[in-house]
Amino acid sequence: MDFIIQNILNALQWGSFYALIALGYTLVYGVLRLINFAHGDIFMVGAYISFFVASFLIGPIVGFSPMMAFVITVPLTMVLTSLVGVTLERIAYRPLRRKGAHRLYVVITALMAGLVLEYSNLALLGASRLKFPELIEKQIWHFGGVTMTNLKVMVIVTAILVFLFLQWVVTRTRVGMAMRAISYDKFAIPLMGIPIDSIIVVTFVLGSGFAGLAGLLFAMSYPVLEPFMGMLIGWKAVIAAVVGGIGDIKGAFVGGFLLGFIEVGVVTVFPSTYRDLFAFTILLLILWMKPSGLFGIPQSTKI
Amino acid sequence: MCHIAWHIASIVHNNPTEETNEDIEISGCIVPGRPDGDSSTRCRHHQERLQYPDDRRHPGSWGRLQNAAEMYLADINGAGGLEVGGKKYMLEFIYMDNESKADSAVNAALKLIEQEEVVAIIGPNSSKQAVPGGGTANENRTPMISPWSTNPNTTLDRPWVFRAAFLDPFQGPVVADFAAKKFGAKTAAVLFDVANDYSVGLAEVFKSAWEAKGLGPVVAYESNGTKDQDFSAQLTTIIAAKPDFIFVPENYNQVALIIPQARDLGYKGPFMGSDAWGTPDLVKLCGEQCYGQYFSTHYAAAGATGATKVVIDRYKAKYGAEPADYAALTWDSIGLMVEGIKNAGMVDSNPRKMRTAIRDGLAAIKSFDGVPGSSKFNEQGDPIKCAVIVKVSDEGTFVFEESVCP
Repeated sequence: MDFIIQNILNALQWGSFYALIALGYTLVYGVLRLINFAHGDIFMVGAYISFFVASFLIGPIVGFSPMMAFVITVPLTMVLTSLVGVTLERIAYRPLRRKGAHRLYVVITALMAGLVLEYSNLALLGASRLKFPELIEKQIWHFGGVTMTNLKVMVIVTAILVFLFLQWVVTRTRVGMAMRAISYDKFAIPLMGIPIDSIIVVTFVLGSGFAGLAGLLFAMSYPVLEPFMGMLIGWKAVIAAVVGGIGDIKGAFVGGFLLGFIEVGVVTVFPSTYRDLFAFTILLLILWMKPSGLFGIPQSTKI
Repeated sequence: MCHIAWHIASIVHNNPTEETNEDIEISGCIVPGRPDGDSSTRCRHHQERLQYPDDRRHPGSWGRLQNAAEMYLADINGAGGLEVGGKKYMLEFIYMDNESKADSAVNAALKLIEQEEVVAIIGPNSSKQAVPGGGTANENRTPMISPWSTNPNTTLDRPWVFRAAFLDPFQGPVVADFAAKKFGAKTAAVLFDVANDYSVGLAEVFKSAWEAKGLGPVVAYESNGTKDQDFSAQLTTIIAAKPDFIFVPENYNQVALIIPQARDLGYKGPFMGSDAWGTPDLVKLCGEQCYGQYFSTHYAAAGATGATKVVIDRYKAKYGAEPADYAALTWDSIGLMVEGIKNAGMVDSNPRKMRTAIRDGLAAIKSFDGVPGSSKFNEQGDPIKCAVIVKVSDEGTFVFEESVCP
């Protein structure tokens, strides 16, 4: 029994990261109909930004306590990472949109932008892996045979809060209404006096900001950073978002956790060689039965 | 005046996600001198070109390997060159890049053999590249020494391929014996990287060695992928099986994630590692969580005596750090190659003849006093040598624990 509960907790933590990253994909897709393939690498950039911010804050120049540094690192990482996301939108996606390029070209641009982020990191910092400093003092709680750390609880709670917040933004606020409106008809919306570019910027701020937060939490949980850390997890998060129904906030959240549970579940029962084979076969079957994803609605009513 | 030029092709990755502990591969080759002195200018040209991948891209080990090679070179040439058959020949080194990929290792070996017409190769280091690279060298009848590869297949049935490191079938039992003695362990668990030949091979050897001891079973035998970051599912299974210790023959960067995650899941027992742990980066990435753990490796700089200590101290004085085990084994490989050339007793401008002479010269070496200790060679071209068990001290240094000899 302990064994099962422990693995459920493992899956919740791992799924939280998929969910957090998938939320960023789905947000941008919901508005622009663009799978922003650079998102996984923005997550990586977020992890590196948090590394530099945190190292600077606990370093000799500033000398904050790790806890204090953590409190400042969270908002600072989110702001800086969202700047990266907005910059990317500005220099890579907006010019193409202006020229009326087909979405396919923007998706390819996104793939390239992701590679540019990876390799500029490699060129700038080298292949040397970085060790993320310990910011919050780790506490390990034992409940019978089950263990839990404060960090894991924080990760899971954060994923749930971010989901609730984004769900609220998209369904309950004027900005969210504008986002949904753009996905309905991006040609009619400017005629209604809605500044389409600003709304898109807001979308990228939200998506990248939370990617930065995910990067920080990931770096705290798995404190070895390298330039390609965002690639595989980013791809898997896209798949999670698509299975959940891309464009739907709830779908990304559920899809992320679903993937986490399947992966941990497969590894628990089978050798890990089969993990991705089984995990993606299951996801394939879901898509086969429901091509628009678990929560997706066919055609143009997403978000 | 004839020149012998060494080409040391250092094989470096482009993609650090594929990098292993065995970061950098060196292939070295000797080009037989041309009487007109042409080869020396040719080699100098290469040297400049091949410096390209600079230190930032492959931190640490590239520099350390090159350091060891450069130090050896300065020794030889400072003494007026290498004496072969009563004449002295100057050496030159050239560094090359194999991107740490298996196919690139084959291409690099082919290029060296066919275009550069080298007479011998040193490297690649890691078994992932040394197994295919050794095949190419053997097929093209070119002597090769892999400094660091521990997988048996590198030299198996390949009369042209040699190595300076011990083999995994030796290393596995060393770990098993030590753990049984030190921890009083009855049961063991293994976590290995299923996509890494080195890790898989060593895990298998260890498992059969442990079971052969009859103390108890291997209660958990779990695997993970090379790019995995979360090991909690595997570790939960392992911890539920209540092993007395966990053997982790994985690369240092994965170890730095595995050990803290196991602690988070409530595991309090010891870990054992293999020679892939043996880099200062382990301590950098893992920190205090790795203190107090043991691993088997090729040598420990701390506690060295005699000629080994002299080399270590010189290296330290020159480069400010102790040579890591791959630097030490590179040093040994060059030493072996020099020994092989001396045994050849001649320098022939025909690379094919020279290759045969060097191979025979290498095969004639019966024992060798290297930096990590002396060794003898068996008919496969494998050294019979001691392994050491090293402890990660509370200061984060690698401390000699004990030496295990075959």
